[in-house]
Amino acid sequence: MSDQNIRFELNGEPQSVTVTPMARLLDVLREDLRATGSKEGCGEGECGACTVLVDGLSVNSCLVPVAQVEGAQITTVEGLERDDRLHPVQDAFLEHGGAQCGICTPGFLVAAAELLAADDQPTPETVRDALAGNLCRCTGYQKIVDSVVKTVMEGWPC
Amino acid sequence: MTVAMTKGCPSRSRSATLWKNRRFIPFSSVKAVLNKNDEAVDDEISLIAFHFFTSIAMFLGKSYAVVYMRVSRGASSMHIGQGIVRRDGRAKVTGAALYVDDVCPENCLYGATVRSSVARGRLLGLEKDPAYDWSDITICTAEDIPGENVVALMTDDQPVLAYERIRHVAEPVALIAAPTRDRALEAVAHIKVLVDEEPPLFDPTISAHNQDQLIFGSDNIFSHIRLLHGDQAEAFDALDGLLVEGEYRVGLQEQLYIETQGILASPRPDGGLTIFGSMQCPYYIVKALKRVLGHENLNVVQAATGGGFGGKEEYPSMLSAHAAILSIKTGRPVKLIYRRDEDLRATTKRHPAIMNYRTKVDPKTGKLLGADVRLLFDGGAYNTLSPVVNSRGVIHALGPYACPQVCLDALMVATNTPPNGAFRGFGAPQVMFAAERHMDRIARTIGMDPVELRRRNLYRVGDITPTGQCLTDAGGLEVLDKALAAAQKTDPRPRVEHPGSGGSAARRASGRGVAIAWHGCGFTGNGEAALKGKVDLAIQGDEVVIYSGSTDIGQGTDTIFPSIAATILGLPLHRVQMAPHDTDIVPDSGPTVASRTAMVVGGVVAQGARKLMDALRQDVNTEDSSLTFDDLLSRRSTDETIRIQAEYVDAGLEWDPKTYQGDAYPTYGWSCMVVDLDVDLDTGEVLYTRLIQATDVGKALNPVLCAGQLEGGALQALGYATSEEVVLDAHGGMINNRLTNYIIPTTLDAPPMETILVENPYDGGPFGAKGIGEIPHDVPAPAVAQAIEQATGLVLNRLPMTPERVMDGLEAL
Repeated sequence: MSDQNIRFELNGEPQSVTVTPMARLLDVLREDLRATGSKEGCGEGECGACTVLVDGLSVNSCLVPVAQVEGAQITTVEGLERDDRLHPVQDAFLEHGGAQCGICTPGFLVAAAELLAADDQPTPETVRDALAGNLCRCTGYQKIVDSVVKTVMEGWPC
Repeated sequence: MTVAMTKGCPSRSRSATLWKNRRFIPFSSVKAVLNKNDEAVDDEISLIAFHFFTSIAMFLGKSYAVVYMRVSRGASSMHIGQGIVRRDGRAKVTGAALYVDDVCPENCLYGATVRSSVARGRLLGLEKDPAYDWSDITICTAEDIPGENVVALMTDDQPVLAYERIRHVAEPVALIAAPTRDRALEAVAHIKVLVDEEPPLFDPTISAHNQDQLIFGSDNIFSHIRLLHGDQAEAFDALDGLLVEGEYRVGLQEQLYIETQGILASPRPDGGLTIFGSMQCPYYIVKALKRVLGHENLNVVQAATGGGFGGKEEYPSMLSAHAAILSIKTGRPVKLIYRRDEDLRATTKRHPAIMNYRTKVDPKTGKLLGADVRLLFDGGAYNTLSPVVNSRGVIHALGPYACPQVCLDALMVATNTPPNGAFRGFGAPQVMFAAERHMDRIARTIGMDPVELRRRNLYRVGDITPTGQCLTDAGGLEVLDKALAAAQKTDPRPRVEHPGSGGSAARRASGRGVAIAWHGCGFTGNGEAALKGKVDLAIQGDEVVIYSGSTDIGQGTDTIFPSIAATILGLPLHRVQMAPHDTDIVPDSGPTVASRTAMVVGGVVAQGARKLMDALRQDVNTEDSSLTFDDLLSRRSTDETIRIQAEYVDAGLEWDPKTYQGDAYPTYGWSCMVVDLDVDLDTGEVLYTRLIQATDVGKALNPVLCAGQLEGGALQALGYATSEEVVLDAHGGMINNRLTNYIIPTTLDAPPMETILVENPYDGGPFGAKGIGEIPHDVPAPAVAQAIEQATGLVLNRLPMTPERVMDGLEAL
C-alpha cells in the first residue's frame, strides 16, 4: 500500500503526515510526530495506555489506522493542559497519588478528561465504569478513582 | 561529564514552553534558562530538576531532557509523615517522563529475538529462508558474544544465547537487528531453530534426582533447605495432639507491568557502551555485562520504568546482554523492546508450588503443637534467584503463628519450562496461602471460629520463630483487631446465604474472609551486611544531591529519599535533589527489591545526611552542632563540592546460613486484610465488594505513597486469587499470552479499599520505617478463599480460584 498524506489536528495544531494509511495512529503520534506521551502496553486494545480522544471520544490508538483520523481533532495527554495550566484532573492525580510508575497515567487522564467533560461531578461508580478500559498494575485503582472524584472542574477551561 | 543540576527556578510557563518545544532542546539553551532564572520559590511549584542522559546526549549532539518536577507546599522542614507530591509526578501526568521506548537516537536499529519453539533437545542450528532479503539484517548468535556466554546471577548455568542444548520453550537462540520494528519481526519469522527434540520434563514431583531427564547439575535441585526448630522437631509422628493435614497448590503468576521489558544499548564515543532502559537494578546489569562483554567500559542508566514488581529485577540483565551484543556487532544504538505476547511467553514468573502441611493441634485450645511441612517449588529451567525464593518461602512457611516443634523442608527443582524469578513476595505469598488455608482447615476440624484460632496462635512479643529468633515486635494481634473493627464499622454484614432459586436474575452469596501475614523486611540474615549498600550525598552550591543506585519504579524512592535527607538537614525540599540513576555517577545501594529500599537504603540516606553535616562542620572548622546547614554554608570560603559516602552499618544480626537459625530479618511487617465478596452461584465468578487492611508499616514516611503500595499489592493478590491463571501448552509455554486472556483486575473488578496504616516504629529504620513493598501481596488470596468458603461452603485449596473451578466445586457440593 503506498503512502498517503493524512491531515488532522493534534492538540490544536494542524499536522500533515505522509505515511501508509494503515499505520497505527499510536505509531504516527509517537514516531512520526514524537508525541510520546501515549504509550503501548499491549497492542491489542486491552490496556488503554494508548488512549487518545478523536473528536472528543476516547479510542485505543493502537487499533486505529491513521487514515481513519483524516480531518479529525485529536487530543493526547500532552494537550490536556491549557495556557500553561494543568488540567484539573492532572492536578488531582498529583495531589491524591493517582500516579505511581506513570506508564498508565496518560491513558487514564485522557479517559478521565472525556468523562469530566460530560459529567463534572462523577460518583466513584461512574468513574470506575468510565475507566474500565484502562489497566493499572501499581495503584489498585483506589487513588485513581479518588483523584477523579475529587477533581475540581470549576473554572475550567480557564 | 557530570550531570548538570539546576540552580534556578524556571517559572511554570517557561517550563511548559520548554516542554512544548521539547523535540529539540539544545543543551546550551536549557542551561541558559536555568542560569537566568533565580526566581523566588512560589508556593505551588518549586524547582525543576533536569536529568540529562549524557551519554546518549554526547552520542547524538543533542540532549534529551527529562523534566521532573515536584510541588512543595511551602518551605517546611518536616517532610516525614506527609503526603508530599511525588517528585516525578508532573513529568508523569504530562506525558513528559521518558520511558525507554520514548527515546529514539538517530541511526537506531530495532532488535528482535529468535527463540526455540520446543522445550528440550539438542540445538542443531539455525536455518535462514534463502528467499528472504537479509541484506539489511544483522544476525547474532552465541559466537558473537565477546566475553562469556553466561547470564551472571547466582550460578553460571544460564546462557545469554543457547548454543548446545535447549532447556525451555522460547529460550533465546539468536538475535536480529533491523532498520524497523516490522522488519525485525519479519526476519525472525524467516529463521527456523533446528532442535533434535527430546521429551521434556514438566512435572516437578518427578524432577529431583531424575537422571533420565537432567536439567540442572547432577540432580535437578536448585536448592534444598531443611529447617528444624524444637527439641522434638523430627519426632512429629510421636507428638501429642490431633493430626490435621492438607495439600495446597498455587500456580504461575505474571507480574504484568504495564510497560513491557525494554533496553536501548548505545555505543559510547569512548568505545564503551551505555545501557538505558526499564529496570529495577542497574548494578545487576553492570555485573552481568562485565562478563558478557569481557570488559567494564559501560554505564547503565535507568529510564522512567513502568512497573517492575520483581519482573525487572534480574531479567533486564539478559535483555541488556542481547541489546549489547547487537549494538556491538552493528556499531549502532539498538532498541530491544518486547511485545506483550513475547514478554508473557518468555520472561520470568512467580514460582508455582505444591505445599504439604501436617500439624498437631490441641483440639480444645486450638494451639499449634507441632508442624511438618514439605514445600516443592518449580524453578523452571535455570537457577536465576530460585534458591532465595526457596529460602524466603521456608522461613515464612508457618505464617505469623507460634509453634514449638517445627520441621520445614523446602525443595526447589528444575523443569523444562521458562525460568521463574522474582515477583513481589518472593515465596511468601505461596506459603502464606497454604498456612492460612491450613489454619482454616484446623478451625473447621476442631470446630473453632477461624479468627479465634488465629488469635490464640498469633505471635506475641517474646515468642520464638522457627529460625530461633526472639520477636521483639509482634503486630499480628493489633492489625487483626484494627482491620476487624474497621470492617465491622463499615459493614457488619449479615451473611446472605444461598438465596432461593426462583425469581432474581443473579443468585449470589456473600462472604467475608480474614487473613493475616508477616513479612521479613530486607535481605535475609547477613544479606544486608554482605551487600554493604552505599549512598553518596554532596553539597553543590546551596543544594544537596543524593546519589543512589536504588531506583524509583513507581513506589516513590525519588520522593522518599529527599524527604529523609531534607528533614535531617533542616532544608526545604526544593534544595535536595536526586541524581539520575546512572552507574557512572551513583554508587551501588543494593538492588531495589526485598522490601528494603525505604527501610535499609533510606537508613543509609539518613546516615549520609548526618555524615554530610559533619563534613560541612569540618569544612568550616567548627564542632558547634547547633548551627544550621545555612549557618555553616555561609561560613564557607569556597564553593567546592563536598561529597561523602555512607555505607550500610551492620545491624549485628546473628545468622547461620547452614542451619537456618538465628535472626532471619531485622524486623517484620504485619498485615491483616478483610475481604468482602459475592460469589455468583451460577457463573462461579467472585465479585469483590470491599477490602479493608490494617498494616503495620513502622512509620509511614509518606502516607500517600505508602497506602498506594499497600493498595496496589493487595489488588495484584486479588488477581492471584481469582483471575490470573497461566495456562501452559504442550511445550510448557504460556498459551494465554495476551491481555485478552491473561486477566488482571480492572476498575470494575477492584473493590473500594480502606487502608489503615499502623505505626509501631522500628528503631533500625529511618524515622521508624519498616519495609512494606511486598507484604500486601501475602495476605489477600487466603482471605478470598475463606470468604468463598463462608459464602458457599466450598473449600478451595488451590490458586487461582477461577470461575470454572468455583463452578465445578459448587456443582460437586
